[in-house]
Amino acid sequence: MKDQLDFMTQSVTSGKMTRREFMGKTAALGISAAVAGSMFARAAEAAGPVKGGTLKLGSIGGGSTDSLDPAVAASQVPYHNLYQFGETLVNVTPEGGIENRVAESVEASADAKTWTFKIRKGVEFHNGKPVTAEDVMRTMERHSNEDSKSGALGIMRGIESMKADGDNFVVSLTTPNADLPYLMADYHLMIQPDGGFDNPAAGIGSGAYMLEADEPGVRHMWKKNPNYWDDSRGHVDEVEIVVINDATARMAALQSGQVHIANRVEPKVAGLLDRAPNLTVRNAAGPGHYVFIMHCDTAPFDNNELRLALKYAINREEMVDKVLRGYGSVGNDMPVNAAYPLFDDSIPQRPFDPAKAAEHYKKSGHDGSPITLRVSDVAFPGALDAAQLFQQSANAAGIPLELKREPGDGYWSEVWNAQPFCASYWGGRPVQDQMYSTAYLSTADWNDTRFKREDFDKLLFAARGELDEAKRKALYSQMGMMVRDEGGLICPMFNDFIEATSSKVQGWVVDSTGDTMAGKWSHKCWLA
Amino acid sequence: MHPVVKLVSQRLALGLILLIAASVLIFMGTLILPGDVAQSILGQSATPEALANLREELGLNEPAILRYFDWLFGALQGDLGTALTNGQDIATSIGRRLGNTLFLAFWAAVISVPLAIFLGLLAVRYRDRWPDKLISAVTLASISIPEFLIGYLLIYFVAVQMGWFSSVAMINDSMSLLEKLNAIALPVAVLTLVVLAHMMRMTRAAILNVMQSAYIETAELKGLSTFHVIARHAFPNAIAPIVNVVMLNLAYLVVGVVVIEVVFVYPGMGQYLVDHVSKRDVPVVQACGLIFAAVYIVLNMIADIVAILSNPRLRHPK
Repeated sequence: MKDQLDFMTQSVTSGKMTRREFMGKTAALGISAAVAGSMFARAAEAAGPVKGGTLKLGSIGGGSTDSLDPAVAASQVPYHNLYQFGETLVNVTPEGGIENRVAESVEASADAKTWTFKIRKGVEFHNGKPVTAEDVMRTMERHSNEDSKSGALGIMRGIESMKADGDNFVVSLTTPNADLPYLMADYHLMIQPDGGFDNPAAGIGSGAYMLEADEPGVRHMWKKNPNYWDDSRGHVDEVEIVVINDATARMAALQSGQVHIANRVEPKVAGLLDRAPNLTVRNAAGPGHYVFIMHCDTAPFDNNELRLALKYAINREEMVDKVLRGYGSVGNDMPVNAAYPLFDDSIPQRPFDPAKAAEHYKKSGHDGSPITLRVSDVAFPGALDAAQLFQQSANAAGIPLELKREPGDGYWSEVWNAQPFCASYWGGRPVQDQMYSTAYLSTADWNDTRFKREDFDKLLFAARGELDEAKRKALYSQMGMMVRDEGGLICPMFNDFIEATSSKVQGWVVDSTGDTMAGKWSHKCWLA
Repeated sequence: MHPVVKLVSQRLALGLILLIAASVLIFMGTLILPGDVAQSILGQSATPEALANLREELGLNEPAILRYFDWLFGALQGDLGTALTNGQDIATSIGRRLGNTLFLAFWAAVISVPLAIFLGLLAVRYRDRWPDKLISAVTLASISIPEFLIGYLLIYFVAVQMGWFSSVAMINDSMSLLEKLNAIALPVAVLTLVVLAHMMRMTRAAILNVMQSAYIETAELKGLSTFHVIARHAFPNAIAPIVNVVMLNLAYLVVGVVVIEVVFVYPGMGQYLVDHVSKRDVPVVQACGLIFAAVYIVLNMIADIVAILSNPRLRHPK
């Protein structure tokens, strides 16, 4: 039987046998469809990328209000559009390392304060102009200047000066930062001609695909850039991003073959989809986490005993089982997990412990009045269910948790970062420094737990300038413990990214750094 | 003045006043929504500086009333301005969206209106017998099921299981008419099912109402066939209420189909409006709101004018 199988996989590899034939013949040998399917996929992968075709993504998170301006991209469809036409200086690899893109090399000074990015030769914008260090500098200027409305403004703050020096783009920082390349990989920072000052929404960059049709809220068509510098990426002729915000419609479009990839698969249907013969569910453990946040400076949450009581009163396993249906992992009341390069996995996991919760609750001296948790399913899918589970386990521990259902519309402006206790979601960041600087530094704009600790800030700055990995890891571990035991974050779970693809999609890579292969699906996948 | 002319001109004036009132209401509605466009554009990643810069750039610091009149005068001159969120020309975007919506509504109407009236007539002809009961039962059942559920059922069975039509009803300019019709087959089917019962029941009730009249009895006594009596004597006198309900349903087909648009991913006006409401993009919401209000007002006006014109007592004043 082994000979037959080898022969058949060879036929597949050389393109002589279709999937249908393969499945039929393996079934005759008594091999189950699931096993045969993965064998076929492996054989087809081995044949190497196939060029051509139109790869279609059905995506949530698009609207007729969308723009191609990288500065304002905030939801999935604009995010995926950016990765079609644009390219950043560097990428974060699926393994969490740094891969050079527009930059050919990256070098830091010994004190990690001055960074030199050498710009790759022969990279061209879609309008035919070569990419220069000047363009790179102008791009960074647009995202960092005082008038910027860019979503990347926050991460550009530590920059003291920038200059274009021949082929080099040189950044000087106010304080050392060993993670600067990770910041430069941010999706807002797509290099545009003259920084995109004249027409940021033109969709012109140096990426693998060029704009063909732009219908915000409906679809976006991209065609292969014939002058793209990297032959190993961008296999299909055309990429179509179809906006399908409705989850049921998105899954139907995938099942009926109208799109090849559907993102944001709901955990409750993922198991069912995976059973369909020509579909594959792809999940990747990511840095995204579903949380309940308490303001550390607002009563009654300014009392650490009460915060600890609530942290012990949540049943994390139950939530991962029931809300995520297993597509995720338990959190430990800090915003980082194993998806981060310098994560310390020896930090003990906080268990669900009603007795301990009751003890801390008693110590807190809370007057017994109901504690209001504000929640909406906009915070994260299944937030209402999760809050109800939390309420039950808290009440069992004698903590009177009360839920207030908030309207989804306006949730991010009226409730999140405004009310003292609510449900929320964090997409995570590529490195711990960025995650902590974004939301846990005393002066951070998005410090949604109002965690303001000078000693924590000092550790953060120390870790940022530390080039010795072991020492940095120890510092981050210390910071993690601080947030876990004294912070305002209740983090019951980290959610997986769940996408589903048709079996035609080959070359898929499990990438925990972002949604749908961190935006690089069209660069690395091909159609069998 | 001839009473018909007077009534019609009064009705036209009322329509205009309603339209202006609607524009003010729409504007006030957008003002009381929580958050603003700058906050919505930047979402969870909004920093105070970025917010302030964006507000400045979009002119949100000006008083609301000034923004409203700016927009209104522009609209009167045919300039709807550009969307605050992505800077696209509103008139161009709406033109394409409205075209799609009207395309869908047109085909739904072409099928549902004659079908509803025919079924209504049939139901009267076979009143209280099995065809009448069957028609009523089927149409009432279809109107009682939420439209998204009918949509999902059709998607599951017709698109996913049988693969006859596509589940995504996305149309674009490069498609031929036949391809477009194929793409919208399922949403048209759902819309037809949704509006059929209302129009059919009204036709049936209106004609039955007329059938009680003395002159119908006369016609019957003359020995005319039932169908002849219904079609020639009863139906013309029942036109006013039938047109009324038809117009109401036509208006629904244009302005009320956002659920269908979401389920079938159809690029129409409803989804366009919802996107901009959630982003607080006031000029676009205003423009869409006005168009929707105008559709309702014009269609209702047509219904009223038809009712006025079809009233014999007004047509032949003493």
